[in-house]
Amino acid sequence: MSAASAQPGGEQARRLHDPYKLGRSDTGHERGEATGHGKGGPASKRIITGYGFWIFLLSDIVMFSAFFAAYAVLAAETAGGPSGRDLFDLSNVAIETALLLASSFTCGLASIATQRREMLQTQAWLLVTGLLGFAFVALEVREFAGMIEHGAGPQRSAFLSSFFALVGCHGLHVSVGLLWLGTMMAQLWVKDFRPAILRRLLCFNLFWHALDIIWIGIFTIVYLIGSGL
Amino acid sequence: MTLFGKLSWSAIPIDQPIPLITSIAIMLVILGVLAWATIKRWWPYLWREWITSVDHKRIGVMYCVLGLVMLIRGFADAIMMRTQQAAAINAPGYLPPEHYDQIFSAHGTIMIFFGAMPLVIGTMNFVIPLQLGVRDVAFPTLNSTGFWLTATGALLVNMSLLIGEFSRAGWLPYPPLSEGRYSPGVGVDYYLWAIQIAGVGTLMTGINLVTTILKMRAPGMSYLRMPMFCWTSLASNMLIVAAFPILTATLAMLTLDRYLGFHFFTNEAGGNMMMFVNLIWAWGHPEVYILILPAFGIFSEVFSTFSSKPLFGYRSMVAATLFICIVSFMVWLHHFFTMGAGADVNAAFGIATSIIAVGTGVKIYNWLFTMYRGRIRFETPMLWALGFIVTFVLGGITGVLLAVPPADFVLHNSMFLVAHFHNVIIGGVVFGVFAGLTYWFPKAFGFRLHEGWGQAAFWFSLTGFVIVFGPLYVLGLEGMTRRLQHVEVAEWTPWLLISVAGVGVMVIGMLCQIMQLIVSIRNRDQLRDPTGDPWDGRSLEWYTLSPPPYFNFAVLPDVHGEEAYWTTKRGAIERERLAPEPDYQPIHMPVNNATGFVTAFFATLIGFALIWHIWWLAILGFVGAYATFVIFAWRDREEYEIGVDELRATERERRRAREAWLGLEPSA
Repeated sequence: MSAASAQPGGEQARRLHDPYKLGRSDTGHERGEATGHGKGGPASKRIITGYGFWIFLLSDIVMFSAFFAAYAVLAAETAGGPSGRDLFDLSNVAIETALLLASSFTCGLASIATQRREMLQTQAWLLVTGLLGFAFVALEVREFAGMIEHGAGPQRSAFLSSFFALVGCHGLHVSVGLLWLGTMMAQLWVKDFRPAILRRLLCFNLFWHALDIIWIGIFTIVYLIGSGL
Repeated sequence: MTLFGKLSWSAIPIDQPIPLITSIAIMLVILGVLAWATIKRWWPYLWREWITSVDHKRIGVMYCVLGLVMLIRGFADAIMMRTQQAAAINAPGYLPPEHYDQIFSAHGTIMIFFGAMPLVIGTMNFVIPLQLGVRDVAFPTLNSTGFWLTATGALLVNMSLLIGEFSRAGWLPYPPLSEGRYSPGVGVDYYLWAIQIAGVGTLMTGINLVTTILKMRAPGMSYLRMPMFCWTSLASNMLIVAAFPILTATLAMLTLDRYLGFHFFTNEAGGNMMMFVNLIWAWGHPEVYILILPAFGIFSEVFSTFSSKPLFGYRSMVAATLFICIVSFMVWLHHFFTMGAGADVNAAFGIATSIIAVGTGVKIYNWLFTMYRGRIRFETPMLWALGFIVTFVLGGITGVLLAVPPADFVLHNSMFLVAHFHNVIIGGVVFGVFAGLTYWFPKAFGFRLHEGWGQAAFWFSLTGFVIVFGPLYVLGLEGMTRRLQHVEVAEWTPWLLISVAGVGVMVIGMLCQIMQLIVSIRNRDQLRDPTGDPWDGRSLEWYTLSPPPYFNFAVLPDVHGEEAYWTTKRGAIERERLAPEPDYQPIHMPVNNATGFVTAFFATLIGFALIWHIWWLAILGFVGAYATFVIFAWRDREEYEIGVDELRATERERRRAREAWLGLEPSA
């Protein structure tokens, strides 16, 4: 232990050495969480992993915000081509939204099953999550293909460029999430509920819900407002 | 479509002697180094201890080596630019325009992304866990991956020298020039993929270090007990997390324009090129603070240590750092007042820009008051810090001048601007990094750098720097614009010649640095630091041995007070003995692995394939990267245990060294 911790005195000495009540641990061996008050030393792995993943999600949301900004700037630049009102099919979007929200719900059910360490239930709900996500991607691909077929591809106008990039970027995220999900289901099956795998399931949950939040933004700003323009 | 996309033998610049000879020379040097390592049988050692290392100290050192090598490459570009302009007064000079344009684009790109960034990130990587009193960063393998992806970016930029060409669109590829119609070659594609891959690496490091600082600190290390370098690094890494995704998105948009015919920034179909300029500077201005804030942290450590005093105004320093961190996002438009956003918008951004100087002013005064009545030691790190104060204040003043929109309309894109940002980046970031390298070198390698050569390097660099960039201010005021391949105004001649003479002085400075390294390595036994605390330091990195054991601390230090190590040291001196030996408990360290290196290998394939439209290779690269990810995720052994015996042996060695140095009674 460091030299200072061997200094004599209990509460009074601590007050002397810690006049601003910044707090410190008595032993230096606590394995609790690191807080702003600096108690206890490094946080547990679960906390660190979850926290780091949150920071990643924030950065991802910043990236999306750049695409949102580009869309906002270019939304009216249709260059004589079709606008959102001509192209968007709100019933299709409603189904997409329902699929994605449902997949978030089943993802939550999977995490409840994980907490109870029920392998079959966890796998089943993860599978349902993946299938719903896949259906979402399939609908989106169909929508894109239809638009391109009717001459409303991303090369048509700046509006369509920014639309395809923003919505496609979200779709790409969902697709990568599906790949991740499949890998993790296999891993869970082979390796069982290990701490590392539990942490990854936690991160996947965060990721999947974050994609929902971004979709809400797309649904509102691109589709709802866009079909009114 | 052919097997190798756009790639053919014509990509090799056989008709251009300068890039051809340079790249052949570079390849010979690389082959020589590889052959040397093979002859000496170093590969097993390099593979085990460095390439696959997940130790934050090793990764930090590798970052710094990459940064220094790229700094020399970027400096070579700078020498060519200065000599070309001095030679091309009413004459063609020796560099044709299409080559000159690549050089200034490469110079800026390399210096910012592959010189300054790796040096700053390397320093943070090495120092932060030591200063926080912990054993590693939050995500060690991610750290290794981040480094190797940065190296991939550097490799791609340098490959463009021999295979194809580099961008001619400046260090920030403004459209429409950078669009496919006006830059049909692979130059801009090299830029895009190199920066995209390196940017992902930087983002990984940013996430990693933010998590490390916020969630992994020694017991008792509250936020307001962290060393100032940790605070400025925290601010810098938060800026990385918030700003680099904008760069990723912006470059992705330009990539879509170029590869798939999108219309984000084109002239036609409603594209908006000024949106690129806005987006890129929404990243670009925070980027300069990403670079300078850690340098501010280094100077804070250096001023305090070499003045033998605590940092003056610690809390105001923290506040100023966070103030700069936030306001740095509100000034981006000052890079293009000439866009025509109108007087109101320009005024708002001009005022915000002037206000950000207040935060820096607070820092300058704090450093001055730290020195006031201190016992100052003028060793090399302190010289760099003093040089910084003088040059940075001047650079800051010209910056505030440029922040006034009417003045900016005159000076925009002139040599005055070039002089300004070199004034702050060299005088701030580069001097800071050199101070930091000299300061922490003994901690990393166990011996000091040679003092005489270090001081010589400082004086030549400072003098050369003033001689190079002073005249550029004058040239800017006389109306010379930046990036001129040749000039036709005879009155500029003397200033251009003075400037090129200064380059010569800077070259001497650089040679002194190289000599310093050689001399120090040869005399390492005399320069050995047996104490672990060569500068009478105040923060926890000096608590442990030099070089630190791979686990940094056998037992995590318990922090009492703002200057964690200083408090401990004073306590031991007063009691004339160290604290009693602690209880040792086994610890766990991450296992080295090749994930980062292999991922970067596939990223290099992906980047190269996408630049040259070799689609099958790109798919192969993605499959390989995914396979690497799966194999990494599948591993069974993540950590290994270090037993009590090894910890006790290391800690006793540290205690003996400390007792010998502080003149304490031996405890064991």
